[in-house]
Amino acid sequence: MSAPLASDAGVLARFFDGDVWHSFKHSPMAIVAAVMALICVVCAVFAGWLAPHNPLDLASLELMDARLPPAWDPEGKAKYLLGTDDQGRDILSALMYGARISLLVGLASVALSMVIGVGLGLLAGFVGGRIDGFIMRVCDVMLSFPSILIALLIDGVGRAMFPNAHDALAFTVLILAISLTGWVQYARTVRGSTLVERQKEYVQAARVIGVSPLRIMRRHVLPNVLGPVLVLATIHIATAIITEATLSFLGVGVPPTSPSLGTLIRIGQDFLFSGEWWITIFPGVVLVMIALSVNLLGDWLRDALNPRLR
Amino acid sequence: MLAFILRRLFQALIVMLTVAFIAFMLFQFVGDPVTNLLGQDATAEQRQQLRADLGLDQPFALQFAHFVGNAVQGEFGISLRQGRKVSSLIAERFPATLELAAVAAAIGLLLGIPLGVYAALRRGRFMSQLVMTGSLLGVSLPNFLIGILLILVFAVVLKWLPSFGRGEVVALGPFTTGLLSVDGLRHLLLPALTLSLFPMALVLRLVRSEMLEVLRTDYIKFARARGLPDRSVYFGHALKNTLVPVITIAGLQLGGIIAFAIVTETVFQWPGMGLLFIQAVQFADIPVMAAYLCLIALIFVTINLVVDLLYFAVDPRLRLERSSAGH
Repeated sequence: MSAPLASDAGVLARFFDGDVWHSFKHSPMAIVAAVMALICVVCAVFAGWLAPHNPLDLASLELMDARLPPAWDPEGKAKYLLGTDDQGRDILSALMYGARISLLVGLASVALSMVIGVGLGLLAGFVGGRIDGFIMRVCDVMLSFPSILIALLIDGVGRAMFPNAHDALAFTVLILAISLTGWVQYARTVRGSTLVERQKEYVQAARVIGVSPLRIMRRHVLPNVLGPVLVLATIHIATAIITEATLSFLGVGVPPTSPSLGTLIRIGQDFLFSGEWWITIFPGVVLVMIALSVNLLGDWLRDALNPRLR
Repeated sequence: MLAFILRRLFQALIVMLTVAFIAFMLFQFVGDPVTNLLGQDATAEQRQQLRADLGLDQPFALQFAHFVGNAVQGEFGISLRQGRKVSSLIAERFPATLELAAVAAAIGLLLGIPLGVYAALRRGRFMSQLVMTGSLLGVSLPNFLIGILLILVFAVVLKWLPSFGRGEVVALGPFTTGLLSVDGLRHLLLPALTLSLFPMALVLRLVRSEMLEVLRTDYIKFARARGLPDRSVYFGHALKNTLVPVITIAGLQLGGIIAFAIVTETVFQWPGMGLLFIQAVQFADIPVMAAYLCLIALIFVTINLVVDLLYFAVDPRLRLERSSAGH
């Protein structure tokens, strides 16, 4: 099942010739979403080079420039395109750095849930019996609680366990909290397709020639059940980023020394009443932009990979 | 049917015990309470005495049984941060959350169902397109952003409504409510609206798609052929048959509303259980966290149980199947 891969160039050529690329070219929604997502990702990844100021460098802050409105306002300065916050930080730069943290936490959580979910789903579907029953019961229970609640609880337990956690640990707890709530979907999907694949002849053939179960799972079944997982993962990125933002907004997410989009919104909320709407609205807009574009891409991918819809 | 209920009850019990165990384990992580209470220079006898008083010298299983016994009576000890009994803290905050959740659920259902029916009946018209686009926003915007936007528009720019707190409340025995005073209602409006948007959008989309499905069926055509008025076809025949999935979603969303109340209460500084819990998480206030955990699990388990039982009440087919296949 792991066909020898052609050279990289061959793979690229096949991709541009293939159905998925064709469907992408003919879906204006997907192109717009992809461009939007790409802008966000580039701004986030290259924040260190692209951002006009460094919001984490305390020495460069000037309190005289605090709470400036966006540049198009008569009171704004051209130097700060989207205005500044209460400490004189440039909002645009803070957004870029914040988006980087949001994306990082989101992607790490999705990757971890995928590993946990796919692993447990394969195990449940392939081995069956008691193990299957137990894993599926756990899934049922977790599905009956909203994910934000489970994430909050895991985060709360983590905080109670390590009350004086330093930054790296705080990030680990946060990522664990988000991924331990997200794996259920993967496990259920993978279990379903594994149950189907298990009956097929190539699995029986592999069994007959004495391939070990672990190897059959990894080398033969896994590649055949990954399709739906990719679609799930795309949409899950948006959910994970929003969950992270919500937790950070509640003040139990990323450490305050490395503000994510949610933290920026939290900080900005205090200034709504004194009229400084830009401190909280711009991070909100970016958050919605990222979530929306990723969701649209996920929807498109689901349709593009589903042969029945063509 | 009885066997089904018993099995359900047993599952619910297992879930509750698991949650209670997690809550119990929380206490094991916060370090030795004896040292915290007595300080560093207590004598060995004093320590031993306190250990015995707190029941910490008993075996693990017995301690857990003790914890469950107390939890059933609503006793979770004393809040580390506020120095008050957790049970009275929760009792004080519970009405605020219940009021917010109930009003949000009511808004969600009372607006969601009619709008869903409207969007299905007037499919393709401009207004129903508008409703559908709005519902998409309701599903995809994060809850706290909606709250902030509402505050910005109605409290900061228009200055129509207050944006934090409960305002004036009226006491009804142990219960407090803001529903009976104008000030309380004004305070309730924005948070309840924020909280209701997600379930409203979900119910709306569900009702619409179910209605479209049902309107295609033969018995609707037959009802029309019999010359029944539109209103009785739509609401007497069609809507009734869309209600089974709606009940499921509405029931599960009730749980979601209580969970998301944490976020809404933070945005609007609403003095409910969610705000209490989030402060407990920030300060690692274990007794409050444990109590909230058990209470919310109880609410969820109850809701799931009630939803399962409602199926039987609503869908006669299910009753028939169960009793013919059952024991």
